[in-house]
Amino acid sequence: MEVTRLDSNKEQGPISPTPINSGATILNAVPIRHYGRWIATIFLLLVAAVMVKSILTNPRFRWGVVGEYIISAPIMDGLQLTLLLTVVAQFLGILIGIILAIMRLSSNRVLARAAWIYIWFFRGTPLLVQLIFWYNISALYPEISIGIPFGPTFWQGNANELITPFAVAILGLALNEGAYMAEIVRGGIAGIDRGQSESAKALGMTHMQTLRRVILPQAVKVIIPPTGNQTILMLKTTSLVSVLALADLLYTAQTIYARTFETMPLLMVASLWYLGITSVLTFGQFFLERHFSEGKRDQISFTQRFAGRVSMRKGAAQMEEAGKVKQND
Amino acid sequence: MIEPALRVEGVRKSYGSVEVLKGIDMQVKPGEVACLVGPSGSGKSTFLRCINHLEKINSGRLYVHGELVGYQEKKGRLYELSDREVCRKRAEIGMVFQNFNLFQHMSVLENIIEAPTRVLKISKEEAVIHARELLELVGLSGREDSLPKQLSGGQQQRVAITRALAMRPKLMLFDEPTSALDPELVGEVLAAMQDLANSGMTMIVVTHEMGFARKVADTVAFMDAGLIVETGPPDQLLDSPQHERTKSFFSKVL
Repeated sequence: MEVTRLDSNKEQGPISPTPINSGATILNAVPIRHYGRWIATIFLLLVAAVMVKSILTNPRFRWGVVGEYIISAPIMDGLQLTLLLTVVAQFLGILIGIILAIMRLSSNRVLARAAWIYIWFFRGTPLLVQLIFWYNISALYPEISIGIPFGPTFWQGNANELITPFAVAILGLALNEGAYMAEIVRGGIAGIDRGQSESAKALGMTHMQTLRRVILPQAVKVIIPPTGNQTILMLKTTSLVSVLALADLLYTAQTIYARTFETMPLLMVASLWYLGITSVLTFGQFFLERHFSEGKRDQISFTQRFAGRVSMRKGAAQMEEAGKVKQND
Repeated sequence: MIEPALRVEGVRKSYGSVEVLKGIDMQVKPGEVACLVGPSGSGKSTFLRCINHLEKINSGRLYVHGELVGYQEKKGRLYELSDREVCRKRAEIGMVFQNFNLFQHMSVLENIIEAPTRVLKISKEEAVIHARELLELVGLSGREDSLPKQLSGGQQQRVAITRALAMRPKLMLFDEPTSALDPELVGEVLAAMQDLANSGMTMIVVTHEMGFARKVADTVAFMDAGLIVETGPPDQLLDSPQHERTKSFFSKVL
């Protein structure tokens, strides 16, 4: 976004009238003095200076300890688990979200209402509560079985063995994420002009074909930016699983400082990693958004750019051949 | 007797308590071009959308090539067809919309071959050949890789016609195909439609273009307030209408 803005400024540069500063020589006007802004700037610079000095010179930060732990094996393991949780839970959350969004937009009222209730429940209760709830699910259902309701059972297992802390974490994070993603996907789908699905239907495409080939590819453009935000949020939300004694980044840091009492340095270690990964994700989000946004790159459609190119060329070659065959006929 | 391409008997349609179609009767023979004219809100577009089951009718019977649309009749009872079966029937009926409704994320060629390859399961190569032939007919060769938004309204509408024709329909429906166009682009779309009519396609056209109706249509039906008020050959209907309502409409339009 900012890149294009800079570009457009440059373009305007030569044509735009003389800037106010040098205009002073022509107009002899004294520019407005923004005293408030000056005071605020000086204040913030002072605060920043104090903070930097303190961070660098306060020995209790113990940067040496931070350096010692930042790429230590346990922290790396914790980071790995955090990333795994983020990726898997977000992926499942997106899938659940798409299904819920389609249900909500269904003309079947039971499906639509079921999705609404799901979203209402999972957005209406704290994620922390949901995680603890799933963790203790064996209190409600000690045995879990798979079978036909009111009919025979095919398989049965102990809930405590089945629902490991990792499973609880994935379950809790993904189910909760699904509710938020559902609203995002629904917004994206609802934003597509009705004419698109009507013309697809008129061409004889089924409901699913219309959704998969016409609606969702166009909705993606609207869905991508908020999904990026959700992923960044998910990265930090995974830290809640530390209540399940699951050794993610935060919990690993906690176990170390519980032993060594180096609380602050280890919180610094965890925070630096969260900050770093968030920065990488933000960077990736920027490129994804630019890729899907309308603009200069739209000269050719993106399907064409990726899949189409090769097969089209192949198709053209085969067409020529087919043409020859026809002529021979 | 040849089975008419379209046979409509007492079709009614309501949205809630508002009745939009109040008993439509109509027949269109194969190869015929029928124009539906009339004031806005008279139910022309709704009627057209009933023909390919984009709207469900509340009562009456609607047959396309002798087959009920959207339903199956067994022992005097109607059974709703499945999504798949409705789609199979829709595939035989082409439709062109006022706002073109081209798939915005697909190139011209992708727009045209999408339904033939997905619905009719024609091979991609074959669909591409057919698409190029059709594009040439409407004068759009060389625009295969353009995106809809890079085309003018007239070009988009011609692509939309091509997209419908790529399904090799037996019947074509046009819902005010030139109403959203700049005046200077209307001609090229009407010309493409006239070519299509000359090729023997059965067409039902909702339009405000009386010149087109006079030149191309075999019959013109005047609709008002959910009813077909008067039907006849274009010259008769446009020049010497019988009904008061028809007279007053054409005196303002022509």
